[in-house]
Amino acid sequence: MRYPPGVSQSDFDRALSQFQAAIGSDWVFIDEADVDLYRDAYSPLWGEEEEKIPSIALAPRSAEEVQALMRICNEFRIPVYPVSTGKNLGYGGSAPVLNGSVVLDLKRMNRIIEVSEENAFALVEPGVSYFDLYNYIQEKGLDLWIDCPDPGWGSLIGNALDHGVGYTVNPYRDHFEAHCGMEVVLADGDVVRTGMGAMPNAETWQQYRWGYGPWLDGLFAQSNFGVVTKMGFWLYPAPEAFRSGSVQVMGYNDVHELTRVTAKMMYSGILNTNAGVQSPMQFVLGQNPEMQERYERANAEDIRILDEFAQSNNTPFWSSSFKFYGPQEIVDSSWAYVKKQFAHIEGVRFQDQEALQFPMPYEELMQTSDENHLGVPSMSVFQLGNRSNFNPAGTNGHLGFSPVVPMTGEAVLQANKVLGKVLRDMGGNTVFNVPPYSYHQRTFTILIGFTVSRDSDTNQKTREIFRELVRVAAENGWGEYRTHTAFMDDCAATYSFNDNALLRLQQRLKDAIDPNGIISAGRYGIWPKHIRDEEGKGIADINSARDEEGGSNV
Amino acid sequence: MYKALILLAGILISTGTLAQSGDPVNGKAVYEHWCSPCHAPGARKHPGTAALEFLYKGEKPAVLEQRLDLTPALVATFVRNGVKIMPPFRKTEISDKELADIGAYLTPR
Ligand SMILES: Cc1cc2nc3c(=O)[nH]c(=O)nc-3n(C[C@H](O)[C@H](O)[C@H](O)COP(=O)(O)OP(=O)(O)OC[C@H]3O[C@@H](n4cnc5c(N)ncnc54)[C@H](O)[C@@H]3O)c2cc1C
Ligand code: HEC
Repeated sequence: MRYPPGVSQSDFDRALSQFQAAIGSDWVFIDEADVDLYRDAYSPLWGEEEEKIPSIALAPRSAEEVQALMRICNEFRIPVYPVSTGKNLGYGGSAPVLNGSVVLDLKRMNRIIEVSEENAFALVEPGVSYFDLYNYIQEKGLDLWIDCPDPGWGSLIGNALDHGVGYTVNPYRDHFEAHCGMEVVLADGDVVRTGMGAMPNAETWQQYRWGYGPWLDGLFAQSNFGVVTKMGFWLYPAPEAFRSGSVQVMGYNDVHELTRVTAKMMYSGILNTNAGVQSPMQFVLGQNPEMQERYERANAEDIRILDEFAQSNNTPFWSSSFKFYGPQEIVDSSWAYVKKQFAHIEGVRFQDQEALQFPMPYEELMQTSDENHLGVPSMSVFQLGNRSNFNPAGTNGHLGFSPVVPMTGEAVLQANKVLGKVLRDMGGNTVFNVPPYSYHQRTFTILIGFTVSRDSDTNQKTREIFRELVRVAAENGWGEYRTHTAFMDDCAATYSFNDNALLRLQQRLKDAIDPNGIISAGRYGIWPKHIRDEEGKGIADINSARDEEGGSNV
Repeated sequence: MYKALILLAGILISTGTLAQSGDPVNGKAVYEHWCSPCHAPGARKHPGTAALEFLYKGEKPAVLEQRLDLTPALVATFVRNGVKIMPPFRKTEISDKELADIGAYLTPR
């Protein structure tokens, strides 16, 4: 058995028997083989000393059991790391930030407490996956859609708490934004309900978000202030129809108008779902070193020649795909309206893509270009990095770099230029490279996926490139919307306005709400006082830190 | 890595760690929940099937349910160790009993 850092063996042994009494010994995993199942399967630190490996895992069945466990952890100052379904692959999986933490695995808390068709919401526990909620809605024949991320096995709660995203319409696709009301167990075992849920007999917990007084929900996402045991989510009344189409523009400089009009329509609500800016020319350029060089330099003369080159290849420089959901008439007229807004761009082309009507049998949904965009959870995205002709050996997963950039043509060009330069200069294996895409309402996010391997030299190189990307992005004013546990301090350090005032405030909150610093130490760069250094970073040798502080002896 | 896993599976068989015999009916249900999303027929939407189609090039069926060579021990080894982009499954997801059931379901009789 492995012991957590900063806790004496005798204390931990006493805590263990209390854990077993609280939730039953079957649900206290101490065998290393069982606990190794919590390693981050896609870890860029795999097999290295720094790899994040938990000591033991606990799997409670109810919020009351979570409360009991938190009281024990708090008494013995045991670092604990809650996960919901623990499928945060690409961002740390089910492994803690602080090596040796006890994982609190909430998978067994898998009740769908309520789904209201009339008011279109669900109240769920952490172990409920997108598959579970989808199946429940199908079985009951409710006229509702869920909004799911690509992988269907993740949880509504874990995904939302990491600011995860999906693909239908606002406000459902930004999963934290789509939540309404939480139940949270604090470090001392107290349980809090937010929003209207603070009323003992609340009737609108899942309908009115703000409740009374300061809204605290944001504290519990991308953080370590509590263990979320229930969360409400708004659901989408099933739309009648779907349509997609693309707009293609020929010239290098047309990116500005393409993006300006797109942004305006997003802010007007005419477009209410993800859209991005792709460059069909990128592939053509990649095969022509001279043109690639011109693209990277892009002075007036280069641009003139690039435009001629695009014309002669009959390939648009840029394109955007748009999606529409809703009543058939509205979907059709929205697309017609959108086309009109771009009609003034010389040489613009339009292409109709998919047109679908619902309800549609499951088998047919699975034949569409992307079922996840139609609220159908699946696992088809795992084709990324999979064994194929393109990649005969396959990969051991990926790691996502995902900075948020403004929705402007200028930013698109600048991001391509500076991030592309890092990748070209430093090499590195990318498994995918998603062009600027509006995962969120008013920005583009660029998503670069690095291959993860079981070879530490390769992984070390990838980490170096990743850190350089974080640095270059920050230099341009762009920060990551979410990051892997291996880079939490690096990204936190880029949000440094006024001598890290935000982080310092987060630390003050941490020290007040979780004074023993037991919950998810280090998550999003927030370290509790007993294990942070002057700069706020985690102290590697926690055992000696505790000794100095006069804590428990190890 | 891949070969090492198969080797490991051999060791498991010989030491008989997985003596528990499973229930194929429950195994089917567990399989459909946890495995079918990646291993159902149709390579386009099922990455497990796609990878095995590429790996075996017709030598063996790409769909696990059609395989004639799977044993409970081999299945258990992959489920608890993972392989490539398939991560291992924790015991809160698939218990040892359920794993034995999947093994029984996937073992040709
Ligand atoms: C191929 C691929 C494609 C992906 N596509 C997407 C995508 O389209 N959109 C997307 O958003 N993500 C995507 N991801 C990332 C990830 O897989 C999903 O976000 C997934 O839903 C997260 O896992 P989870 O739901 O099991 O969360 P968990 O792993 O359970 O939770 C994530 C983290 O949140 C915290 N947390 C979780 N639950 C609690 C709790 N109850 N209390 C306190 N803290 C908690 C923990 O720190 C935990 O580590 C993708 C990953 C892969 C590999
Ligand atoms: C995320 C998708 C995914 C899920 C879910 C998944 N698998 Fe897999 N599985 C794969 C992939 C991909 C491979 C092929 C790996 C490779 O490239 O070698 C694979 C390989 C296997 C193999 C090895 C077959 C061989 O001959 O090499 C077995 C056995 C297996 N899976 C069983 C299961 C079982 C049982 C489950 C359910 C408990 C499951 N898998 C769930 C993706 C998945």
